[in-house]
Amino acid sequence: MITFENVSKTFVVGSKQVEAVKKVTFDVEEGDIFGIIGFSGAGKSTLIRLVNGLERPTEGKILIKKTPLHELKPKQLREVRRKIGMVFQNFNLFSSRTVEQNVEYPLKLSKVPKAERNAKVKQLLQFVGLADKAKSYPEQLSGGQKQRVGIARALATDPEILLCDEATSALDPNTTRDILNLLQKVNRELGITILLITHEMQVIQSVCNRVAVMETGEVIEQGEVFETFTNPQHATTKEFISATDQSLPSPQLLDEWRAKGGTDLYRIIFKGERASDPILSTVTRKHQIDFNIIYGSIRELQQQFFGNLVVSFEGKNDAVMACIHELKSIVDIEEVNTNES
Amino acid sequence: MKVNWETFWIRIVEATGETITMVLGTLVFSSIIGMALGILLFTTREGNILENRFISALLNFFINIIRPIPFIILLFVLSPVTREVIGTTIGTAAAIFPMTIAASFVVARVVENNLISIDPGVIEAAEAMGASPRQIIFTVLIPEALGPLILGLTFVTVGLIDFSAVAGTVGGGGLGHVAMTHGYQRFDSSVMFVTVVILIILVQLAQWIGNFLSKKVMRR
Repeated sequence: MITFENVSKTFVVGSKQVEAVKKVTFDVEEGDIFGIIGFSGAGKSTLIRLVNGLERPTEGKILIKKTPLHELKPKQLREVRRKIGMVFQNFNLFSSRTVEQNVEYPLKLSKVPKAERNAKVKQLLQFVGLADKAKSYPEQLSGGQKQRVGIARALATDPEILLCDEATSALDPNTTRDILNLLQKVNRELGITILLITHEMQVIQSVCNRVAVMETGEVIEQGEVFETFTNPQHATTKEFISATDQSLPSPQLLDEWRAKGGTDLYRIIFKGERASDPILSTVTRKHQIDFNIIYGSIRELQQQFFGNLVVSFEGKNDAVMACIHELKSIVDIEEVNTNES
Repeated sequence: MKVNWETFWIRIVEATGETITMVLGTLVFSSIIGMALGILLFTTREGNILENRFISALLNFFINIIRPIPFIILLFVLSPVTREVIGTTIGTAAAIFPMTIAASFVVARVVENNLISIDPGVIEAAEAMGASPRQIIFTVLIPEALGPLILGLTFVTVGLIDFSAVAGTVGGGGLGHVAMTHGYQRFDSSVMFVTVVILIILVQLAQWIGNFLSKKVMRR
């Protein structure tokens, strides 16, 4: 659907060159909710603007459904843009137009007849749950409502792709949830491919199926959300994960545990179906030792279980070692180093 | 020599009509020219939808040359051109020409300033929706800035009432001319008083209409 081939974008600011995007390659497939996460200044905003040609790449190719964007003349590019919806962090609604006039605007650009426009606007406002606000002006709406208008407006021309530029970053947690649900509905019911950028881990976790992590203009890690977040390779990825999911108790608690003469701790990670098997109790019973869960969680990530437990084992040393050895062949297990964490 | 008010009031009515004609005529022409120049100034700025360094620099240079010239000097400097275009340098029509020139550049700056205050994100949104530069100008820039634009034009109108009095003293007619010839040169304070009161009323009226219209279109 969207293909980035070795794309770079360099800005010239005064006498300095700023490489906002460096040699980025990835594919967004039809039906994806593809998330790009990164701290501010990572180049995400530039990256998403390359997709609809608001920015032109310095190097590399961008293909939209196999159409190379860089070969298009301005008029052709405008035609392509009409099939790519975009929503923004600050909503960017026309303050001089009512809600329905905002949603109608892209249809006017496409010269859709008046009766058809009215029907479409009505249907879209129904879809985003704002039918009663048709005659209001943006200033009279809450942030969440404004974003719903933004989404309705982006959907007006029946796009195949929806770009979300930090669409929830200006919203409170509850409203963020509502808007994310709406985006999921857009993806599921209308079959629209979504590319979103965000700095919030929660957004990626709750709606995306695929993710790319960006840092200083580069994509440092990408893949399925479940895989990437249960087995992060890069320090920045780990940092994003720890923002929503604390995998270990705090150092103070660990020190206390050690001071009280607690035994060695092990972190066990269960993925997918592993989380539903009674692995821990089966293996420990076999080696005749006890286990004690001192910290952990089992959560849902992309409709799969993801378990993260910190346990101690009580029993004969040999038996404990043998037990850990056996567990290693089934799940991820590592010793928790109380001193450095 | 004092005027005879029984016959002079008709002259005041005429002069008021001349002033209004000069102001409204100038307002119409300078709004059209100034709007076009202001939009060009804004859209050719760096990073904007019609970015063009050459046009931008040229326009700025030209405006910055015309604007600092005191209006009374500009009147004299332009008088050969006025004679060429209008056919005379005396009368209301002859005053509208230099007034339009001077006011157009003021309007251009007012328009530019109001357009700059539009959230660039809104323009970007329209671009993302596939709007052409022309569509952005007419469906985003002008409607989004209309409220402040009306206030800006009101400000210019009040300035034009002032311009018209100056133009009046050099043959343009209107209240300025009357105040000068009958009030000032013949020491008739009653004429001076009446013309000043009428000018104040005109300014108030212009401001009131401007406020009313801008309030009608403003949604922020």
